[in-house]
Amino acid sequence: MVNSMAELLIKNGFVFDPILGIKGDIADVAIKNGRITDKVSDKAEIVDASGKTVMAGGVDIHTHVAGPKVNVGREMRPEDKFFRGEYRGGVLKQGKRMEMGFSVPSTWKTGYAYARMGYTFANEAAMPPLFAPHVHEEFRDTPIIDQTAMPVFGNNWFCFEYIKNDETENNAAYIAWLLSATKGFGIKIVNPGGTEAWAWGKNCSSIHDEVPHFEITPAEIVTGLIKANEYLGLPHSVHIHGNNMGNPGNYKDTLDTLRLTSGINTSNKFGREQVLHNTHLQFHAYKGSSWSDFESGAKEVMDYVNQNKNITVDIGQVTLDETTTMTSDGPFEYHLNQLTHFKWANLDVEIETGSGVVPHIYDKDVRTSGIQWAIGLEIALFAKDMMRVYITTDHPNAGPFTRYPGIIAWLMSEKARQATLDTMKWKDKVIDASNIASMDRELGLYEIAQMTRAGPAKALGLLDIYGSLKEGSDGNVAVYNLNADELPSDPALIEDAFRNTAYTVKEGVIVVRDGKIVAEPPKHTLWTKVNMPENAQVMHDIREKFSTSYSINLENYPVFDENIHNARAIELDAN
Amino acid sequence: MPKTLEGIGCPFCGCSCDDVRVIVSDDEKKILEVENACAIGTEIFLQATNHERITKPRIRQPDGNVKEISYDEAADYVAKTIMNSKKPLMYGFGSTTCEAQRAAARLMELSGGILDNCASICHGPSLMAFFDNGHPTCTLGVVKNRADVILYWGANPVHAHPRHMARYSTYPFGFFKGNGFLERTVIVVDPRKTDTAGVADYHLQIKQGFDYELFNAFRMVMYGHEQDIPDMVADVPKQSILEVAKILKEAKFGVCFFGMGLTHTKGRNHNVDIAISLMRDLNAVSKWSIMAMRGHFNIAGPNKVWSWTYGFPFCVDLTRGDRAHMNPGETSTIDLAIRDEIDLFINIGTDAAANFPIDAVKHLKKHPWITIDPNLSMAADIADLHIPVGISGVEVSGIVYRMDNVPIQYRKVIDMPEGMLSDEELLDRISDRLEELIQEKVKAEKKKPELISSEPVLCTSHSAPPLNETG
Ligand code: SF4
Ligand SMILES: [Zn+2]
Repeated sequence: MVNSMAELLIKNGFVFDPILGIKGDIADVAIKNGRITDKVSDKAEIVDASGKTVMAGGVDIHTHVAGPKVNVGREMRPEDKFFRGEYRGGVLKQGKRMEMGFSVPSTWKTGYAYARMGYTFANEAAMPPLFAPHVHEEFRDTPIIDQTAMPVFGNNWFCFEYIKNDETENNAAYIAWLLSATKGFGIKIVNPGGTEAWAWGKNCSSIHDEVPHFEITPAEIVTGLIKANEYLGLPHSVHIHGNNMGNPGNYKDTLDTLRLTSGINTSNKFGREQVLHNTHLQFHAYKGSSWSDFESGAKEVMDYVNQNKNITVDIGQVTLDETTTMTSDGPFEYHLNQLTHFKWANLDVEIETGSGVVPHIYDKDVRTSGIQWAIGLEIALFAKDMMRVYITTDHPNAGPFTRYPGIIAWLMSEKARQATLDTMKWKDKVIDASNIASMDRELGLYEIAQMTRAGPAKALGLLDIYGSLKEGSDGNVAVYNLNADELPSDPALIEDAFRNTAYTVKEGVIVVRDGKIVAEPPKHTLWTKVNMPENAQVMHDIREKFSTSYSINLENYPVFDENIHNARAIELDAN
Repeated sequence: MPKTLEGIGCPFCGCSCDDVRVIVSDDEKKILEVENACAIGTEIFLQATNHERITKPRIRQPDGNVKEISYDEAADYVAKTIMNSKKPLMYGFGSTTCEAQRAAARLMELSGGILDNCASICHGPSLMAFFDNGHPTCTLGVVKNRADVILYWGANPVHAHPRHMARYSTYPFGFFKGNGFLERTVIVVDPRKTDTAGVADYHLQIKQGFDYELFNAFRMVMYGHEQDIPDMVADVPKQSILEVAKILKEAKFGVCFFGMGLTHTKGRNHNVDIAISLMRDLNAVSKWSIMAMRGHFNIAGPNKVWSWTYGFPFCVDLTRGDRAHMNPGETSTIDLAIRDEIDLFINIGTDAAANFPIDAVKHLKKHPWITIDPNLSMAADIADLHIPVGISGVEVSGIVYRMDNVPIQYRKVIDMPEGMLSDEELLDRISDRLEELIQEKVKAEKKKPELISSEPVLCTSHSAPPLNETG
């Protein structure tokens, strides 16, 4: 029975809340009217969490779960549904709707699978603005979890012009308009300039490569967008997938990108401290000059991240699966296809962006895959401040999000890492090209809570709603079958616990019980509403572009209210 | 005062033009004038209100006459017919919104039936080629802004997509194409001397059914084997092949639009497959995209909606109850009908009776046949129950996917006649009723042990085999 007005008391669990500084103390969590509260009446429904671990609902800062390229991944890969078994769509029907797909799950499976892992929020990391109605249609069909979507700006012609002319105010006004038009959340950059170049079959592989025809460089694009982001004081920072992703030697380009933040700070009302979030750092931390001398650059990159508080990252962990890569980095996908020769999809989008989709097998018996696997884990294990380093797989690029429990097990257990290393055909070469074998660090549950809820919620600027069990937060809670006092020595048990919660609670409603979906309360679509006066110049520019270069009518571009599912606006006044 | 509405989407062809201006009467009941649309599009709007509409469901009586019934009675009839059927099939969706396609998915999942759309008889081979070889494409605005070489293969837009060349591909001024058609080369590959071929710079008059060979010849050029190309390939002289291949390779941005002339000749999906391979080859030296000339304004919609719902774009078999299955040839409408496997046919937003092979119609007609369509049609005439609904894109708003898969939000122009429902509302009403009936059945059977979930799985058939038995 779904009743979000009811009271709920989660009793006697080992509570981990990095925001409140609670490190496994036995405590109760009370929820009333969908929010965390300090106490409830004796009519409250009781959840017995004794002997179990209690955390706020999980927060995924970077995942691809809705929209055109995700759906192309589903559409062009029937074989992704034909496999069966634990991870391969083999879930008996629990919720109202079927669950289909492994690496690119159906929207229904996406919502249910996140909820079963104790996650209650996911940020769709790349929305082509022109396709915003499509993204929101998919959100409507993704049950339980709250969602945001980040429009991509790094190859947008409007931004190119404003940045080139040093018009920060106009750039900011355009960004605010686009966030409202697409009901988007924040600024995503993917291969700045490179995807525009790809429309001519070219690329920008360093931050100083000029974008053809636009007289601007990736460095200028990134700097200009950070400026606009901080001018507006958006909840989240600029969120970047930089140039030259996935290529040996790219750790230098990554450092070049990160250095663009040097000396930039933020003042915003959301408690966010970083000015740049570098996503799926694993794909950007490669040393070597080719695939034959390819090796880990995790140490070099993490040295920089550790020293600079104005940067956050997520790891983009390779899970050693057959998966489907999909990014707005059009040239990357084409070149990956040239290496693997599987099928290739591409989608160039007018004025704004592009994308590509290519299936990929991260085979534990291929040296490159093994080293990639090591690099992701090293990024986490080299990290000093776990509030700034988050668990992701760049779903589904390095592996499906359903593998998060396995990643947690690798991070918490050296034995688990060793066991995986031992299965690799080129184990010795992987060890030679990485640091993983020498790392004995094992993370604890508090650090996992930092990396999977408190940290990402803070970086997103959504700490008022998610990431903590503090009073007033949404009543989103995960209860895991893990006795924090006696953690199992078998990492498989850790993985099991994180795969299926004992309970997941969404806004006070128990949605998962014993790993099974039991309720599907309404979810929310969050977006960022900037209150600022209309900018006549920008409105003129928008009308002009629509009358000359777009293929659809301006009236039909902003997502109609009826096409946004349960909107919840995060409001701010510019400046 | 008549009212002028701007930015209206045309509910006809896959161009999904959304710049139509429609002038409606004072009382907003009649469409008076239509601007910007082509002749076909204009006709579609004007026809909508200039004839008597059927506004109530009509059921066939045992004596052969039809009787008007209410929407509730119709929903109840459909729900009960579904309860009594083993393998219902819902097919069509050529002229429905995505909202209706989504509602249809819910209904057929509850019914344990099959969902299929017109792709099954038109661009199905294209979708199958995407399964095998991927799909390098772009939006139509990219074509307008960048393309300097346009290749129409087995497509005749002048007739089938009247504004395609003017609005997107050949004639418009674009950001990098300020001189419009002067900066573009148009190549047509077609066995017929079509009107499109008539305006092209190059017409390769290919021998009917030899598309694969011609693609192969182009690929030989790409791989440096031009010396091995015979003097004639598919009736096209080697010289022309080399000349056109040079244009393809030297394009700054090329796009290949293909039509049913490619998907419905010998080779079918394999033709599209090799077309995609040629695109991939060309991308090593140039930049190329490929796009299917989808027929109806939202014929791409069901492929999108069902892909995110089930992972399959068409031929979606939901009879197993807990998971979807797709296998064109096995789960495709015509094949199911020819094998007489379907015991309830729901035809929505297209005229199956007019388009299907006669044997398929004969088999389907042995069982209950329900037609959901705004207007009279052959399928409405032969139906046991015809449920009229509002006209999508004219009386019903909603999202549609253009041929390049760009979502376009269509607004309504006028209201439906009083008391009518949209397809979405109708389908939801049927689903609600069906859920009630299933709940009643589940309650009646409650003594039976253990359903597979803690909440009853809503589905008319509880006969799904356990997952691990079926590999
Ligand atoms: S080209 Fe097609 S969509 Fe455009 S107005 Fe004509 S019929 Fe309508
Ligand atoms: Zn990503």
